[in-house]
Amino acid sequence: MARNVTTRHKVTATVFAWIVALIIFFPILYTLITSVKTEPEAIAGFSLIPSGTFENYVTVQTQRDYFKPFMNSVVLAVGSTILALIIAIPSAWAMAFSPTKRTKDILMWMLSTKMMPAVAVLVPIYLMFRDFGLLDTRIGLTVMLTLINLPIVVWMLYTYFREIPGEILEAARMDGAGLWQEIVYVLTPMAVPGIASTLLLNIILAWNEAFWTIRLSTTNAAPLTAFIASFSSPQGLFWAKLSAASTMAIAPILILGWFSQKQLVRGLTFGAVK
Amino acid sequence: MATQNTKTLARLMMAPSVLLLLVWMIVPLAMTLWFSFQNYNLLNPANVSFTGFFNYEYFYTDPAFFQSIWNTLVIVGGVLLITVVGGIAIALLLDQPIFGQGIVRILVISPFFVMPPVAALIWKNMIMHPGYGVLADIAKFFGLRPVDWFAQYPLFSIVVIVAWQWLPFATLILLTALQSLDGEQKEAAEMDGANFFNRFIYLVLPHLARAITVVILIQTIFLLGVYAEILVTTNGGPGYASTNLAFLIYRTALLGYDVGGASAGGIIAVVLANIVAFFLMRAVGKNLDR
Repeated sequence: MARNVTTRHKVTATVFAWIVALIIFFPILYTLITSVKTEPEAIAGFSLIPSGTFENYVTVQTQRDYFKPFMNSVVLAVGSTILALIIAIPSAWAMAFSPTKRTKDILMWMLSTKMMPAVAVLVPIYLMFRDFGLLDTRIGLTVMLTLINLPIVVWMLYTYFREIPGEILEAARMDGAGLWQEIVYVLTPMAVPGIASTLLLNIILAWNEAFWTIRLSTTNAAPLTAFIASFSSPQGLFWAKLSAASTMAIAPILILGWFSQKQLVRGLTFGAVK
Repeated sequence: MATQNTKTLARLMMAPSVLLLLVWMIVPLAMTLWFSFQNYNLLNPANVSFTGFFNYEYFYTDPAFFQSIWNTLVIVGGVLLITVVGGIAIALLLDQPIFGQGIVRILVISPFFVMPPVAALIWKNMIMHPGYGVLADIAKFFGLRPVDWFAQYPLFSIVVIVAWQWLPFATLILLTALQSLDGEQKEAAEMDGANFFNRFIYLVLPHLARAITVVILIQTIFLLGVYAEILVTTNGGPGYASTNLAFLIYRTALLGYDVGGASAGGIIAVVLANIVAFFLMRAVGKNLDR
């Protein structure tokens, strides 16, 4: 006897689910709406119908040079992710395919570095960055984000690589495949989806990192996190322009995020929930 | 199966990430520990001297210290309570058959992808502003006086903002766990006449236990270090009313130029985080053996 889902049950659940979803999404929706209002409209009281102007977006670009922090965000997020992947892929690979007794300990230790509170090392990192002239440079921040996310990248890749069956390797070896052939023809095609997922999630994490990016940059290398945080002072932009800047800061990553729900669960729980 | 050759290769492949993380962990931490015993002020860098445990004493006897510890606990505890209870409720709701499930999921998950400064500014200006915020508009509609959230309830306001950011994470993970629950078990329980409440207590909740543990532990790691949300909304104030430990250390270091004191605070933060990490590692480690 199959479970009988009545239409009434489904309609009730749908109504409740949509109400909850819209309440949770409301702050983002309202920001989007406010971004196409004029400034007087934006502070004229609650209204969901904007006049539909795009002047705020133009103003944010012309007055505050939005494109610069945007490009910094892109360079930092993509650069640090690729750098982390280059360092992490061989490690994860070795741990997944030639595990030793100590592999698990190494993985746990790597995870433990992620638990170190950022503020605890704020002083030495700040002083080192100052002394090496890395403050407010793209290189400095890229290295920083790479190191911060490296443990997560190794872990994610490891959980994906571990699912590639070892027998396939043995079969390839029996057929006389060399190490190079093994990597190019057998492992790479199987590893690409895992690497892509890791890439996606890590770009999101790096884009939204808001402690080191704010503290270690001022203007030249400041990504969107620092750019937006600078509007906290009252003499910053007004409501509608702030909304336009916010919308542009979150839109790319919001869309990327929608495509990565599954990987998100897996990556952020270190494979503990799939 | 593995020959000596492949073992050496494996070690070489692991070396870069292990070495990098080792340096990255040990060097700054050792420096923090060293600074924490020094009298070192950035305004007077020529005059550095050893002070023993003075910085710890100083940090410990600062009235702001206990307030910041308390605030840290309130933020972590408050956000966990809201996100876990809310997350379970929403996950149960989204697990039902509904129209437009895909869109609902996208709407619910969205806040997680909003960078902290944007989330904080949206709430500060658009929602909670006493003059122009939506909550003020609602209050005026009912003829009430708008609440100045960040002045009157600064800590509560921050908890709300951070909870909004993390509720999607908890929901998504709990929903994933919920969907792996065996449908036949549910049907069997239903046929045995178990009502919704009984099914929840005896079947669903035990199944979710692990996911809930993971949510609590991972969120705690991030919640201990809440920073940007405080920086752009209350800046730790009024007074120290919304300063958590992370923010106090930042204040001491970069606004007070007191390297020694901030380092002592940093070491205290490390100890706190380690206590949490210990439990997280055990939970995740168990999973590895499976």
